[in-house]
Amino acid sequence: MTEKDPGTTGGSAAEPRTDVTAGGDVLAAPAAPEGREELEVVEVRTGMFGAHGSGDTSGFGGLVRPVTRPLATPRPYGGWYDEVVDVLAEVLAEGGTAFDAAVEGVVVDPPAGSGARTELTIHVRPEHIVAVCQALRDDQDLRFELSLGVSGVHYPGDAGRELHAVYHLTSITHGRSLRLEVTVPDSHPHIPTTTTVYPTNDWHERETWDFFGIVFDGHPALARIAMPDDWPGHPQRKDYPLGGIPVEYKGATVPPPDQRRSYS
Amino acid sequence: MSTQSSARSTGPAPGAARPHAARPPVDDTSVPSFESSGGDWDEIAAEIAELGEERIVVNMGPQHPSTHGVLRLMLEIDGETVTEARCGVGYLHTGIEKNMEFRTWTQGVAFCTRMDYLAPFFQEAAYCLGIERLLGIEDDVPDRAQVIRVLLMELNRVASHLVCLGTGGNEMGATTVMTISFTAREEILRIFESITGLRMNHAFIRPGGVAQDVPAGLSEDFWHMDTEVRKYLAQLGDLMLANPIFRSRLVGTGHLNLAGCMALGVTGPVLRSAGLPYDVRKSAPYCGYETYDFDVPTSTDADCYSRVVLRIEECYQSLKIAAQCIERLERSVGEPVMVADKKIAWPAQLAVGTDGAGNSFEHIREIMGQSMEALIHHFKLVTEGFRVPAGQVFQTVEHPRGELGVHLVSDGGTRPYRAHFRDPSFNNLQAVALMCEGGQVADVVVAVASLDPVLGGVDR
Repeated sequence: MTEKDPGTTGGSAAEPRTDVTAGGDVLAAPAAPEGREELEVVEVRTGMFGAHGSGDTSGFGGLVRPVTRPLATPRPYGGWYDEVVDVLAEVLAEGGTAFDAAVEGVVVDPPAGSGARTELTIHVRPEHIVAVCQALRDDQDLRFELSLGVSGVHYPGDAGRELHAVYHLTSITHGRSLRLEVTVPDSHPHIPTTTTVYPTNDWHERETWDFFGIVFDGHPALARIAMPDDWPGHPQRKDYPLGGIPVEYKGATVPPPDQRRSYS
Repeated sequence: MSTQSSARSTGPAPGAARPHAARPPVDDTSVPSFESSGGDWDEIAAEIAELGEERIVVNMGPQHPSTHGVLRLMLEIDGETVTEARCGVGYLHTGIEKNMEFRTWTQGVAFCTRMDYLAPFFQEAAYCLGIERLLGIEDDVPDRAQVIRVLLMELNRVASHLVCLGTGGNEMGATTVMTISFTAREEILRIFESITGLRMNHAFIRPGGVAQDVPAGLSEDFWHMDTEVRKYLAQLGDLMLANPIFRSRLVGTGHLNLAGCMALGVTGPVLRSAGLPYDVRKSAPYCGYETYDFDVPTSTDADCYSRVVLRIEECYQSLKIAAQCIERLERSVGEPVMVADKKIAWPAQLAVGTDGAGNSFEHIREIMGQSMEALIHHFKLVTEGFRVPAGQVFQTVEHPRGELGVHLVSDGGTRPYRAHFRDPSFNNLQAVALMCEGGQVADVVVAVASLDPVLGGVDR
């Protein structure tokens, strides 16, 4: 687990981004890559090698490194992305849902112009995920008929938006793929189930519940899938210890992986 | 154990007892239960008949030889008919995804290769393709590296299908099918051993290319293997496809139509047996698959028999692709197999030392005796690793069992912030209920074998 200085965690985009730290080190710049507007700071880490509270003998103690996530991409997104987003907005409006109410933002990732093939992420508010999935599956111009599951991501430093569920959808008809991302706070980790639209998400949602503790409301049987039923905690969360014991090898002791020095 | 400062409401308190399973899954001792470890069921059947219970739940596995691994099947049966079928998985969960968050991007390869142990190259390739997309170096990966990846993946597909056919036959009592399949697989593993040094868990495909160039004598080995494997595949076809017992057990069983496949997200040979020619190699080509000549066989029978036929046909198609790879490799001898960017490329090429393994002598001489900077660079890249720009990526490849997806999230650090694998076996096992309910108990074994789950990939 990455060590965090309690004083600097929970940083947000509003936090001032100093370029020179108290120790006089210049930041490894959180500058946005070309073609991308800005990065959202979800957490700030300090120092290196995972050592804290023992005096700065390495000289890296003053290093401050923000953990970032890309912000919404401005239009045009490029390729078929604009068309899909427009059609989705239309279909949602027909169903009585305003696009802006359902969708928080659209991210093209990695940024266009970086030379890499890009991917589309639509950030959806939890209460509208089922409507968005239904629209994406059923409209003939969208037709994302294959769901490739749900995966979770935990950002403990992102206050109020700690848990993310990421849905991967593929349109065999049009040969397209996109991603839906839903954010919920750790204090109220509830997302409506999408098994009514994509029955295949059954086990994937169970897995995300098991490992991240996201509750999928309305799921037919939201039981743990990999861990035993009475297991305490959700192992893939960042605040859940990896575990492990020191291993002796030829007289030297190798610490468990989460206690070895870390560079990030 | 951990030095974290706070625990969340759902997590265990630091310093508290280690998390563990505290009680058996079923406490109810009033339910009569019987254990069988093979052999004759007559005694158990007589006792159950005495009890006169209407509802009998049979637990098959997790240590049952015909469940294809540590898969637990819970079958509610009425006579010989299965009225309800449920899967229990998780017996092989080893926390590979969590562990990958504590290693560098390059070290992650050695973890994900162990997920689906019968198809290790597919996890490696998907993971590395994802990293390359995040790094923005997809177009910089040398062609020769991509050809080697395709060669390894296609041979691996044949090896994996052979295990599927062999164990599937073995589960029906046809041991010869198993021995022929495993003998044929042995030929392919020998090729893997000559290229990567290992027969499984290779960690050979690395971000930016592959660990090492292929050995000089690969072509001769390949053509020998090709002849042998084709011979064994023909034998398998002769043994299975027209065999009346085989046909009577497979034709029409494990039916899963196209609507069922789409609803349950089932991909791979099972989806193609329902008639949809969906193959990621064609629909979203990676590693240059668009430049290879191959077909995607399909059937419309949607039963276990058609899946066996498809798998055999896919083996021939894979051998066809592999032969094209060998031709390309012969034309590109001496070209690089790793990106030119020295900030990403693994510094050392390997060489066979006196002890049978090791780094290349020239490289060691350079970093230890000639260039301090080269030593620093080697040390930093190996211990710290490279940084990957913040963002997320979902890369899919056509796995022998379906569509394998890798979801990678980077926070801009030297380690994956999150690595998730959408394993096709995990997803496809959801279809067991639909394929088995209403059928015979004996058909359950056949249906599960036709899904070909590998529990290492299911539980990760």
